[in-house]
Amino acid sequence: MSFNIVVLAKQVPDTRNVGKDAMKADGTVNRAALPAIFNPEDLNALEQALRIKEKVPGAVVHLLTMGPVRAAEIIRESLYRGADDGFLLSGREFAGSDTLATSYALSCAIRKLGKIDLILCGRQAIDGDTAQVGPQVAEKLGLPQITYAEEIIEINKKSITVKRRLERGVEIVRGPLPILVTVNGTAAPCRPRNAKLTLKYKHAATPSEKQESGSDYTDLYDAHPYLNITEWGANDIEHDPQWLGLSGSPTKVKKIDNIVFTAKESKRLTGSDFEIESLMKELIANHTIG
Amino acid sequence: MNNLFVYLEIEDGIVKDVSLELLTKGRSLAKQLNCKLEAVAIGHQLENIPQQVFPYGVDVLHLADDKRFVPYTTQPHASVLIHLFKEEKPQIALLGATSVGRDLGPRVSSALFSGLTADCTSLEIGDYEDKKAGKVYKDLLYQIRPAFGGNIVATIVNPDCRPQMATVREGVMKKEIFDPKYSGEIHRLDVSKYVSDKDFVIEVIERHIEKTKIDIKSAPIIVSGGYGVGSAENFKLLYELAEVLGGEVGASRAAVDAGFAEHERQIGQTGTTVRPKLYIACGISGQIQHIAGMQESAMIIAINSDPNAPINKIADYVITGRVEEVLPKMIKYYKKNTK
Repeated sequence: MSFNIVVLAKQVPDTRNVGKDAMKADGTVNRAALPAIFNPEDLNALEQALRIKEKVPGAVVHLLTMGPVRAAEIIRESLYRGADDGFLLSGREFAGSDTLATSYALSCAIRKLGKIDLILCGRQAIDGDTAQVGPQVAEKLGLPQITYAEEIIEINKKSITVKRRLERGVEIVRGPLPILVTVNGTAAPCRPRNAKLTLKYKHAATPSEKQESGSDYTDLYDAHPYLNITEWGANDIEHDPQWLGLSGSPTKVKKIDNIVFTAKESKRLTGSDFEIESLMKELIANHTIG
Repeated sequence: MNNLFVYLEIEDGIVKDVSLELLTKGRSLAKQLNCKLEAVAIGHQLENIPQQVFPYGVDVLHLADDKRFVPYTTQPHASVLIHLFKEEKPQIALLGATSVGRDLGPRVSSALFSGLTADCTSLEIGDYEDKKAGKVYKDLLYQIRPAFGGNIVATIVNPDCRPQMATVREGVMKKEIFDPKYSGEIHRLDVSKYVSDKDFVIEVIERHIEKTKIDIKSAPIIVSGGYGVGSAENFKLLYELAEVLGGEVGASRAAVDAGFAEHERQIGQTGTTVRPKLYIACGISGQIQHIAGMQESAMIIAINSDPNAPINKIADYVITGRVEEVLPKMIKYYKKNTK
């Protein structure tokens, strides 16, 4: 009996390593200057899926992402680490999606995948930090949700028991399958690439990538069908166009400000012994410290 | 109809600070909009809730009382809000950006197809012009938040969909009694009309609320470190200074990600917001996401080897130098001058 797990993942700009050229002169984000990475908490989610695969007979791990052609990179990364196959949802119809339009598109794609037992995703993505897509996908699919999972304590064909990490403490909850679980960054880190799988899937590609590379490896892909990464456009999923992309996004960005602080009159010190001692004396005298 | 709603987060019969902060903000926004402030309490044995929230200027308090609402699980609380919002059509709904609010908010917004902005650092009322559609919207909620790892500040609006939903972290807004004698009306919900048995599918097996041992929120002095501190080893200097000054150690997200400090110490938009009387920022460049969490400190000292670090702009004292050289001097001269 099959047991289908979908991992939702996102390729994100690495906002943690923002360099000086990350912002353009007009105050907009220079995406080209930021490396694109696998969203960290989605990797935690992938690890949980792979652990379940080892435990539950017949478990299959599908990776689903929405993004530009380039986002196939994280599908390959997942295949290298043990996912069974990957699906890229891509196309201009999805452009401009906020969290709600994204959730709608993902939920349509998940429906197309057929019978799903478990959906796992990271708690949040580092480019927006909203933590909204997981719960919204669950709602769109009419599934229960468990957020902030730190550990999956038990899973069988009917239910899942999860340890959640909350602001102050922990909670252990049990819910029925199918269910959506968002995984916290405090959960186990993802295993590294497997050398054999990395070799096996090195040439895995989406139709768009094959087209872009321009080389004709038709024989290779015919002989090794697992190298074909599925790519779906809006036409491949059953959807109502008004809920996709910009029109499906209730939130609009009114304006973006580059960071400008109202400067205070700062006193500048060099860090010499004399200056530090004067500062400490001053702070003691005005009762800030002491 | 079309009022401003606040979801009350309740722990052991006590309304959490974050909700009282939202009521304070909600009160002033409601006044600007000339609408009522309404609050929703979902829980069990809610007798003490009215006296806790009316002084914050609540006009209508909705009570949904059922013992199955405690402890919190997602769907029953979501179901009450979804149905209530469909009836009452609020123009604005605010929730705390807590583990409850961030679990509940997206679920409700998805069901109502309304926009939700997470972790706002400021909420204002203003107009919005959609130039393409040639439409002007009056009195929208400006949901202002840092984005993109804190390198930009975005103002988000929800022109067409209601309610306009936002979450705000604890400590970001001020909590202030509006009128100790203020009294509003109580609206008891017939719970059976708002939830169904199918909503109660998640079973909470065990739960322990641990009070955070690290309490940076109420520390009067915070010595905070960023990625520029360089190592967990160098962070020990921060602990030493914090100890002699009677303060706590905080950290930027970059320092937490690098493993220099525990997550509980993170200050900023995705961590804790603090307002100590003294904030000593060591090796912190000053991304907005960090600044958002500490800019209201009464006094800020920035220690940085980069004389042009953004944090210097909001600092009262800028010490240009290496953290590992400056901190020992501060410890030394503090001790020398207090003996």
